[in-house]
Amino acid sequence: MTTVIYTAHDGTETIVEGTPGVSIMETALRNGVPGIVGECGGSMSCATCHVFVSDETAAIAGEMSELEDEMLDGTAVEREERSRLSCQIKLIEGETYRVTTPSEQV
Amino acid sequence: MAATANDATLIVGASQAGVQLAATLRELGDERPIVLVGDEPHAPYQRPPLSKAYLQGEITSDDLIFRTADWFAQHDVEVVTGETIAAIERHADGGGEAVTETGRRIPFARLALTTGAAPRRLDLPGIDLPGVHYLRTADDAAAIAEGLESARSLVVIGGGFIGLEVAASARKRGLAVTVLEAAPRLVGRVVSEQTSAFYLDAHRRRGIDVVLDARIAAIEGADAVSGVRLEDGTVILADVVLVGIGVVPRTELAEQLGLEVDGGIVVDAACRTSDPSIVAAGDCALMPNPYARGSLPRVRLESVHNALEQAKVAAATLMGDPHEYRTTPWFWSDQADIKLQIAGLSTGYDATVLRGDPDTEKFSVLYYRDGELLAADCVNQPLDFMAVRSALGRGATIPPEAAADTSVPLKKSVVEPAAPTLV
Repeated sequence: MTTVIYTAHDGTETIVEGTPGVSIMETALRNGVPGIVGECGGSMSCATCHVFVSDETAAIAGEMSELEDEMLDGTAVEREERSRLSCQIKLIEGETYRVTTPSEQV
Repeated sequence: MAATANDATLIVGASQAGVQLAATLRELGDERPIVLVGDEPHAPYQRPPLSKAYLQGEITSDDLIFRTADWFAQHDVEVVTGETIAAIERHADGGGEAVTETGRRIPFARLALTTGAAPRRLDLPGIDLPGVHYLRTADDAAAIAEGLESARSLVVIGGGFIGLEVAASARKRGLAVTVLEAAPRLVGRVVSEQTSAFYLDAHRRRGIDVVLDARIAAIEGADAVSGVRLEDGTVILADVVLVGIGVVPRTELAEQLGLEVDGGIVVDAACRTSDPSIVAAGDCALMPNPYARGSLPRVRLESVHNALEQAKVAAATLMGDPHEYRTTPWFWSDQADIKLQIAGLSTGYDATVLRGDPDTEKFSVLYYRDGELLAADCVNQPLDFMAVRSALGRGATIPPEAAADTSVPLKKSVVEPAAPTLV
């Protein structure tokens, strides 16, 4: 089973069973998880799917591209060390992902 | 929930705006039935990737969905696909009944129009030949993808975003691609001359043939398209032709309902049509926009962002809590490896500032009116885009003299709006 645990900025947790190959952003959208907007559908144009990932998730989330790095400089809530664009993290079979969403995306 | 069908909200149009409207109604605590009707045979899906990742074969149609069937079920949103509303009858109480082309009757208490837009059709000899396509729907994109499989050449009629995105996608697949644009420059309706000139060079560098001021006489072919003939007699070979010359808002139902229509369904800043009990949102809606300067009292925007934001406003209005739409418009277009992001509306600009060198394929054009920042086209410059979008969103500006200095990040040149003073 592939699981994503979304924690909203107020601490509310939403646990969703994901599909391998689908991103954390798309998984949130499809299941109506609040706190992730993802207007551009994952093309790294909007930076409205900003999340803070756990250490464990950071380790399995893959490398950050230069474009993702630049887009993160313009998120609604200032980036932190564990900031990622959730459209860039594709789920891997059997893994569990933990992300916290910021208070604002736009 | 003691609701009957007569409490229902009918949302006509099951794309971004329609789905968001339903989602926001539920977020706002609405427990009455919602019926979302779409004329396509598919569950709601995202359109933007159709001309890009989908045509390049990077994703399949399954990847396009943006809400699962479970989500609709859990939120009690009835999705009716493959049904076109033929007529809507209103009752004296403000409710009414819609009738689909197959005769299905859908009673409603409240009505929302998120009908979107349809491709503008071209009237030319040969336009109905197999192999000539428009692109709006997933089915359109599937037909184009199938055509491109065996094609060697593509002619794109129209040098706007859709046309150039498809041209770039087909070029990436190795086809010979020609873009025919009737105007003297590409994407002329939306961007500055500098941005247009850049796209001309960039696409030519990637091997796309671009003809400006193109005058097309006919589409040629016997059983299927074989080429496009220009008025000067030149024939450009084409196994596939894509026509991308803009869209027309779908206002038929609004007109039938007697609502005010003026190249879009006229709405106020809270998404109310001329009958305030009916709301409209998305590509079909013509709305006053605080970001539009110059002579335009109302604008119709074609973007996911606008569809989502207007839908949220429309939902709040239906819930009896109208508030004004106010959000910085933004748009994007991915063509080959070139990412264009536009923040704001450049309409009515009187000056531009070029930031960076277009030949490096990384630059921005900032638009001004009376020295005040209106908008920016950012090419492979996400930082500039984010800085401008954020500045416009809070009423800030970037002085033109600072904007051209690439040694300073744009974010650092933002001048915050003056604090309100007491007089």
